[in-house]
Amino acid sequence: MSIELRNIAKKFGDFVAVDNLNLHIETGELVALLGLSGSGKTTLLRIIAGLETPDTGEVLFHGEDASDVSVRERKVGFVFQHYALFRHMTVFENVAFGLRVIPRRARPAEAAIARRVHELLKLVQLDFLADRYPSQLSGGQRQRVALARTLAVEPKVLLLDEPFGALDAKVRQELRRWLRRLHDEIKITSVFVTHDQEEALELANRIVVMNQGRIEQIGSAEEVYHHPANAFVYNFLGNVNLFHGRIENGRVFLGDTAVELENTHAHAHPETGKAVLYVRPHLLEIVMKPNGKQTFPATVKSINPAGPQVKIELVAEWGDMVQVEIDHERYQALHLEPGANVFLRPKEQKLFVYSI
Amino acid sequence: MASNTKRSNVLPGFGLTLGFTLAYLGIVVLIPISTIFFKTFTLTWPQFWAAVASPRTIAAYRLSFSASIAGALVNSVFGFIVAWSLVRYEFPGKSLIDVMVDLPFALPTSVAGITLTAIYASNGWIGRYLAPLGIKVAYTPLGVAVALTFVGLPFVVRTIQPVLEDLDQEYEEAAATLGASRLQTFVLVIAPALIPALLTGFALAFARALGEYGSVVFISGNMPMHTEVVPLLIMSKLEQFDYAGATAIAVVMLTVSFLILLGVNVLQRWSSRRLTA
Repeated sequence: MSIELRNIAKKFGDFVAVDNLNLHIETGELVALLGLSGSGKTTLLRIIAGLETPDTGEVLFHGEDASDVSVRERKVGFVFQHYALFRHMTVFENVAFGLRVIPRRARPAEAAIARRVHELLKLVQLDFLADRYPSQLSGGQRQRVALARTLAVEPKVLLLDEPFGALDAKVRQELRRWLRRLHDEIKITSVFVTHDQEEALELANRIVVMNQGRIEQIGSAEEVYHHPANAFVYNFLGNVNLFHGRIENGRVFLGDTAVELENTHAHAHPETGKAVLYVRPHLLEIVMKPNGKQTFPATVKSINPAGPQVKIELVAEWGDMVQVEIDHERYQALHLEPGANVFLRPKEQKLFVYSI
Repeated sequence: MASNTKRSNVLPGFGLTLGFTLAYLGIVVLIPISTIFFKTFTLTWPQFWAAVASPRTIAAYRLSFSASIAGALVNSVFGFIVAWSLVRYEFPGKSLIDVMVDLPFALPTSVAGITLTAIYASNGWIGRYLAPLGIKVAYTPLGVAVALTFVGLPFVVRTIQPVLEDLDQEYEEAAATLGASRLQTFVLVIAPALIPALLTGFALAFARALGEYGSVVFISGNMPMHTEVVPLLIMSKLEQFDYAGATAIAVVMLTVSFLILLGVNVLQRWSSRRLTA
């Protein structure tokens, strides 16, 4: 079922949670709402579910206005951040809940309910825990029970609020892949909220980057990561170094050093000429000799060789901290030590308007 | 590693606190109560039986227990509703009502008794409208139940309130997204989570009502066989210098109350075990 949001706005007191937002989600898509806390992503998810009423605008399911359709009639599955499993019910009863509350004439027989519950528990690989209570399960297991409970009522749309937020890194990875496979299998239109860019990039067909109640960019992982629409998106998706500088007569000044940069979209502030240069740590190269106007001097502060890349922290000549990531081969060739004076060369960069 | 037979705890002082607890309970609760038993032991069996099984005593037991249970049940229902509205809704004067709930704690019970008698008497504010309907409250067992309901109210409200406050709205939202109606949500999701607290509140209100004396004296009229509660009967035995008879009645009262409270406690523990296991 496709979802269409038209001019949705929602305020809590003076706080604008969602600001006149439009979004279309296709049938069968897996969409991530990505943003910091307070960006309005959870509010938006709750509006889709009908748990929150928008101040203005409408939600359409499959082209039909759902504004007057109550939560229980929307056929929307919602997985809560803290799962909201019913603590006094066993795993089995939790999953069966949605089937047991169906009006008597439409309710499946007890045997059919049991069959369906076991089917779902098998799907989430927890059939052996049917008789346990939620308090006896691990976080990852609870998450999967919550999902099974939601799927039991055969929702047309699946909404997940920070689905992996409360889990540790290892379990999160596994569940992420598992959810991806599950979605490929059952092809249900799904929207999940996350503040974890890695999660969004890995899992979603399309990513909606949100900031202060507005959409900054919508696109595939490839699009938002490699072609960010603006500084916010670039900054939010992955680590970046921020260099504060000026643009004068088409030349970029970082501190007192004029740096010549290629491929930049220089948009400095029209009056002050101030600009912020964003460079990802792996797009900075360390060289031992200056190379004209393409490099700037820096001093090595600390080195962290653990991990697939060597992370090096430096201080630029004008005082900004700089993070650089290089591969191990290059690191060994350079013989770097803390305190060494080196030069940095941006391989690619983006310039955006300094917003103050 | 060598097996550690002595279980070590992060917080020291287990021996000290347990010792203090036992000493304190001994001085404040056990010793006074044991004297009741010792005094009762001065009676022979026939004397004991005559004291506790006389028709007047039996009638008093029946009234005390039934009125206390009735009061606690009424409080369980209406106290629940009061707690619900205090937790779930915002309305003007909410904090005032919140404070009012505690008044039965603070008010001298005799004042409560006199007030209740005044308004429920057949010429009182409420009593005059009930009288034509054939309902008499003051000086009847019903009046006793009303007084016991009054003194027990805060217990139910104050035990349910914090639990209800902790009950996340998410559970209700989850039930709604799964297709449950408001009634189904209440019966299947909210009520089970509150049952342990409700049982505790019931037990407290019941225990408080059993021992209540001050307010009942005024509203009941103290007619033997009709509106005489056990604490009152004990008092009148004492006034006749029948100390052993009074303690005998108290012993039976104490034992039955203890068993009932124990039963509620076991029930409460059983129902909350699943929530916290």
